[in-house]
Amino acid sequence: MHKLDPEKRLALLAEEARKRQAQASREDVPTLRIVMSTCGLAAGAAETRAAFEEALERRGLEARIVAVGCLGHCYAEPLVVIHHPASGFPPLCYYNIDPGKARMLVDSFLLDGDPALEYVLGAMVPNDLLPAVTDFPRFSMEQRVVMEHCGAIDPHSLDDYLALGGYGALATALGRSPGWVLDEVARSGLRGRGGAGFPTGRKWRLAAEAPADSKVVICNADEGDPGAYMDRTIMESNPHQLLEGMALCAYAVGAEEAIVYVRAEYPLAVRTIQRAIDDARKAGLLGERILGSDFSLHIRVFQGSGAFVCGEETALIQSIEGRRGMPQHRPPYPVEAGLWGRPTVVNNVKTLSTVPAILTRGAHWFRSIGTEKSPGTAIFSVVGNVTHAGLVEIPMGTTLRTLIFDVCGGIPKKKAFKAVQIGGPSGGCLSGDFLDTSIDFDSLTEAGAMMGSGGMVVMDEDSCMVDVARYFLDFTQNESCGKCTFCRIGTRHLLLILDRITKGEGREEDLELLDTLSRDIRDGSLCGLGKTAPNPVLTSLRYFRDEYEAHVREKRCPALKCRALTAFYIDLDKCARGCDACVGCCPVEAIFTTRGRKKAIDQELCVKCGECVTACPPEYDAVVRVSPAHLAPIIERPQPSEGRG
Amino acid sequence: MKDDARLSEEETMLRSIEAMLPRFEKNRAQLIPILQAIQEEHQYLSREAMRLVADYLEISPSEVLGVATFYNQFRFHPPGRHQIKVCLGTACHVAGGDIILENFERKLGIREGETTPDREYSVERVACVGCCALAPVAVVDDKVIGHMQPSKIEGLFLQFDLQREQEKAREAGEEADAQAGS
Ligand SMILES: Cc1cc2nc3c(=O)[nH]c(=O)nc-3n(C[C@H](O)[C@H](O)[C@H](O)COP(=O)(O)O)c2cc1C
Ligand code: SF4
Ligand code: SF4
Ligand code: FES
Ligand code: FES
Repeated sequence: MHKLDPEKRLALLAEEARKRQAQASREDVPTLRIVMSTCGLAAGAAETRAAFEEALERRGLEARIVAVGCLGHCYAEPLVVIHHPASGFPPLCYYNIDPGKARMLVDSFLLDGDPALEYVLGAMVPNDLLPAVTDFPRFSMEQRVVMEHCGAIDPHSLDDYLALGGYGALATALGRSPGWVLDEVARSGLRGRGGAGFPTGRKWRLAAEAPADSKVVICNADEGDPGAYMDRTIMESNPHQLLEGMALCAYAVGAEEAIVYVRAEYPLAVRTIQRAIDDARKAGLLGERILGSDFSLHIRVFQGSGAFVCGEETALIQSIEGRRGMPQHRPPYPVEAGLWGRPTVVNNVKTLSTVPAILTRGAHWFRSIGTEKSPGTAIFSVVGNVTHAGLVEIPMGTTLRTLIFDVCGGIPKKKAFKAVQIGGPSGGCLSGDFLDTSIDFDSLTEAGAMMGSGGMVVMDEDSCMVDVARYFLDFTQNESCGKCTFCRIGTRHLLLILDRITKGEGREEDLELLDTLSRDIRDGSLCGLGKTAPNPVLTSLRYFRDEYEAHVREKRCPALKCRALTAFYIDLDKCARGCDACVGCCPVEAIFTTRGRKKAIDQELCVKCGECVTACPPEYDAVVRVSPAHLAPIIERPQPSEGRG
Repeated sequence: MKDDARLSEEETMLRSIEAMLPRFEKNRAQLIPILQAIQEEHQYLSREAMRLVADYLEISPSEVLGVATFYNQFRFHPPGRHQIKVCLGTACHVAGGDIILENFERKLGIREGETTPDREYSVERVACVGCCALAPVAVVDDKVIGHMQPSKIEGLFLQFDLQREQEKAREAGEEADAQAGS
């Protein structure tokens, strides 16, 4: 029988894909790419899309609307890229497009050819007419390896991925040998992006050499860090790249079964991945005898059920087996005996999604990015008090300062930077002294934080470090699986102490106690959850000790955040007589009229929500927050009998 | 009367679960997917439902309960008609998510994890729904709402009230129509 090699088969598939694409896109029809990942949808992308469709219909215009994944610019959502060839303009990226602007754009740009430049972020490609987004620091300082095509392609279209050379690395590998893949990945120096940074090549080699008839590859997409969403975005924006990475891994280690373990809270990612699996199987890129080779691979999705500890690989395996997700003693490591006792590779979404690029462009190219010990790029979700929040992919070795201030635009509202929390519940809070730290596995660990999964929360002067530590302990305490006494009881005890400090009931010896208890938990816990749970406490205690001391000794929260230690009052000199703005906004009716017809707050009733601060018009700015709480003057409510007089 | 209605509701649910079980292999690994499918369909896991699953997989009911209670995703009481989830992930915490949660709690007179007595609303907390840049975030009936504010909460309930009134009016209208037609 006539047999084509995998690369030729793929070339045929890609050619058909390009043909179909050419048919779909006509030069005279504008294309609208609307970002419709979870983040875009939350910002109103669905309403924006509906408005476009309705306006086009009303004007009798033809346009192609494509729902794309994420560009990473969450701060500018909903984002729309319009390519209107007839206008002579290059593809333009529009930001914060609500339904009103959408209708306006149809009329002005699509109908009249006026691109309404005030809503343009930039052109998508360099040109002579107007600045391109690629010139902005946000774009030019990024280097996209994993997210290269995110936001540019339709995640539901296998054709889009194929047309860009997708599955090319797999086809090449199938024509060579598993050993070639293992060598390239090892040579690239790729380290796991799931947190610990274990060398991927070494993990794969161990699994490949493990004697067994059947092996398993698991993609860890549990993404439990409560402030990180890179993995979700990659799955929603370019699912085939992940599948290709998984197929390469399976081929290299000799597995015929693979599982994507996705967090339950990510329904859109689940649907996107499932559809990609189905499409790839139909095209012969997954399933039996892939691209005509002898290699077969079946990928399925397993939905996690909302337990942070299940991100830990042994707990994750327990949960797929239908048990409570409790971490197990290692060794044996999953690569020796994992799911159902078979050798199992567990890798993070980003790790696997990096592999196709490494094989396409070579290990040498990959090593040219990043640092000697941490080659490649790092992907962070940078959120919190930062101007341009979103997803960024930067070369390893970039400093925190460059990332926060140059790429992400610094701290908004002219506030001062206070801390950056990296690595989520396992990571730490770094102070301004560490802004010149290089972002790579080793430097961050040395500073007491951790690369972690890639969650980064920037905090300004209004954030209380004790409160942040308390927040993370509350989280880990809740999520401890309960197997180890130190983790179970110790985290609860830590939380108790932090609770009392933030309530102004801290004792002098508490700081010492936090420190010793933290060390005990670290040493007495089985899995990473317990081992790292004290990190947020230890780092904040080390870098922000004065804040702890203020809470304990003066019952004062320097950031004015801890509610038990603060109070709101209205400055009678500033309050405008007769302006009732604050009264209506108070959810507990704590604001009353004084004898002098000004407003005052009933300290007994006030729940310290801060609404009145926002409600008070800026020209009066009369609501004041103070700490310690006793600094707020007590004003008596006039007796009803005194009446209005 | 009302108890009877509830009973038959549970009866119907159990029958539908029984009908769905054979779709799954009789294999322990199917336990979590089965529980997820039941919750997806019926919004919660009742004791009886879990007993059915235990019988089907031939494991003890306490095993099923043990697994189900381990995972945060599973609910053991019927939620309200409108489900409100407030994000208390890191970014949302820093942006004051706890105040949003409190506002919902106060407004509805229930605590997080509870359902209003009329089974209209339930409130839960979740950890990061992945839109941190829009913090604070709440998810109301599967719709993610960013930049949450207490004033938006007011608007939300106004909308629900309006919906309810429209439904009532429609029902009344249909009844009137039916009567007019007969
Ligand atoms: C408590 C805990 C939670 C974890 N959560 C995740 C997670 O959400 N995603 C992830 O990829 N790895 C997570 N890990 C790390 C995994 O155990 C494992 O090391 C990783 O998936 C390996 O992939 P990599 O080599 O590609 O980094 C977690 C570890 C611990 C201890
Ligand atoms: S350290 Fe904590 S989460 Fe990890 S196994 Fe022990 S008790 Fe469970
Ligand atoms: S802080 Fe909140 S509760 Fe207190 S007076 Fe202001 S609006 Fe009312
Ligand atoms: S823009 Fe995609 S995650 Fe926010
Ligand atoms: S922390 Fe709330 S969406 Fe991420």
